[in-house]
Amino acid sequence: MASEPRGPLFPLRVLLWAAVAAVLLGYAGLTLWPRLRPPADPHAGYAAAFGGPFSLTDQSGRTMTEASLRGRPFAIFFGFTRCAEVCPTTLQTMARLKRALGPAGERLDLVFVSLDHGRDRPADIGHYLTLFDTPIIGLTGSAAEIDRIVRAYHVYYKKVPVDGGDYVIDHTATVFLMDAEGRFFGTLAHDEGDAPRLAKLRRLVGAA
Amino acid sequence: MIKTMTIALAIAAIAAPAVAAPVRIETPWLRETPPAARTGAGYALIRNAGTSEDRLLDARSAVAERVEVHSMTMDGGIMRMRPVTGGLAIPAGGAVALRSGGYHLMLTDLKRPLRRGDVVEIRLRFARAGELPVRFRVEPIDFRPEGGRHGQ
Repeated sequence: MASEPRGPLFPLRVLLWAAVAAVLLGYAGLTLWPRLRPPADPHAGYAAAFGGPFSLTDQSGRTMTEASLRGRPFAIFFGFTRCAEVCPTTLQTMARLKRALGPAGERLDLVFVSLDHGRDRPADIGHYLTLFDTPIIGLTGSAAEIDRIVRAYHVYYKKVPVDGGDYVIDHTATVFLMDAEGRFFGTLAHDEGDAPRLAKLRRLVGAA
Repeated sequence: MIKTMTIALAIAAIAAPAVAAPVRIETPWLRETPPAARTGAGYALIRNAGTSEDRLLDARSAVAERVEVHSMTMDGGIMRMRPVTGGLAIPAGGAVALRSGGYHLMLTDLKRPLRRGDVVEIRLRFARAGELPVRFRVEPIDFRPEGGRHGQ
């Protein structure tokens, strides 16, 4: 079997082709490897992005931190007690959904954080929360502490002056769901139906 | 003949106020408030059977320092409440609902909490219809006038 004579550059050609093959293999490996790996927890990225340390005061005057909520999943909502619309309706909805979970609902804590650090004292929040026939943890604190938890949850709020020296507060009306380790689990939107909300809450409390 | 005219006049006399005030307020209610609450919210369906647009300018009540018409809007998950300036237009032959999640009466600096079952008079002032006294009933938080309370 006749073969072409190997020129003096033959070793170099072999070496170059080997280098090309190595580069192609390496590129394919880098591209495919992330896809071949088992999929990571899709919540992993968000879990780190929402929630975090805080130190606030509850309606009975006790200091509450993120550690106080550890061990039980919770649903957290931000508002203010002079909010006569979205806050009472959202809190009432949360109380109703918690009851709809049945015994599993006992594992869920409801948390309300006042954004009105200028006016809402713990006692005001205590009065406010008596309206809901389900226990709700009501938190308030200094402007700096409120800003810390607001940043941790990426909540928007803004005081808007109205006539008579009064003000209203624009704020995020999303409910954040956190697991027993204080990691982000999901959200409940203001206009979401009861069925998807209940499905998420069931998964959160492990009753799905 | 005179008898017929008398009956016609009597009917006209009874019908006259309805003609003069084409604005009707249906299902007025206030949401109950917690003790020591400073604010409350009121809702109703405002119908305008007239042939001209009317405007709900403002309102007053003995139960609160101020009663204003507010709008509530949701934008990207953010709730905004604002006083409606220049009055809320009620189109001729149409209706505007003051309802949870939209336009509502905002009662500020309540003089006493609104308790379930109480009836509170609020005087609504319209540009054309003038001032209408309306009796608002205080209802539970999750009250829905159109279909009772919403789904359990």
